[in-house]
Amino acid sequence: MIGQLLESGNWDPFAEMRQLQRQMNRLFERHYPGSVDFPPVNIWTNEDDVVLTAEIPGVNVDDLDISVQGNVLTLKGSQKEEQLNENETYHRRERATGNFQRSWRLPFNVDKDNIDAKLEKGVLKLTLPRAEQDKPKKIEVKS
Amino acid sequence: MAEQTKTIQKQEAKRKEGIERTRDRMTFMPRTDIYERENDYVLIAEMPGVDHDAVDINFDNNELTITGHVDERPIEGHSISYSEYEVGDYQRSFRFSGDVDIDKIDAKMANGVLRLILPKNEESKPKKITVKSG
Repeated sequence: MIGQLLESGNWDPFAEMRQLQRQMNRLFERHYPGSVDFPPVNIWTNEDDVVLTAEIPGVNVDDLDISVQGNVLTLKGSQKEEQLNENETYHRRERATGNFQRSWRLPFNVDKDNIDAKLEKGVLKLTLPRAEQDKPKKIEVKS
Repeated sequence: MAEQTKTIQKQEAKRKEGIERTRDRMTFMPRTDIYERENDYVLIAEMPGVDHDAVDINFDNNELTITGHVDERPIEGHSISYSEYEVGDYQRSFRFSGDVDIDKIDAKMANGVLRLILPKNEESKPKKITVKSG
């Protein structure tokens, strides 16, 4: 449904984006009660770099894929499902399993060689430095 | 106003009437899976940001309480541009039926996930009763 109308009659530009994310979640068979975007992220910025933190409990380094193309960051990964035997039953099931994928458009191109990624206690911390060419240049004014 | 993208909301932990926590910060309920096997229960709770020595497990009168403390500080020299999740401690309680062997509870913490194995008491384990003819 492209260009869903809000009740007020205005066009909702985010509707298409949400629709796409929903379709992507279904495509990757992500089972998660009532969720949309996984993982939730916090983004910190300053002039020199962007730091992205994400909570990805239970995801191992081997199940994680981080890639950068220009100024687009893509995070892919998977959370394994527990294997239960026939006589074992769930009393409660709240955790998500399956694949996930998210992309973000950053405010600048990234210096790919100096990306720092840490995965500790289930929290991912990505430091993405601004590419040299993208750094603001000071222009001297001669009188 | 455009509708915001819905993100995973952390549920705030339930609080007993009138009792507050000593720390003045948010406390959330960790997402938890519990399944029952023949000889034990397995409880898996997600507590990202919690170190294995920052977990507190209490089993009292068939009530299991798990608490996790997070030591996360804001990123130095940066300001937050976009936030989808809040950082806080974790706490949740579960009532078990009276068949857990408390002394044998096993706890492991890795990648922000707590795995608890709660073995069943000898008496509660399924026993085979052979029927003799006569």
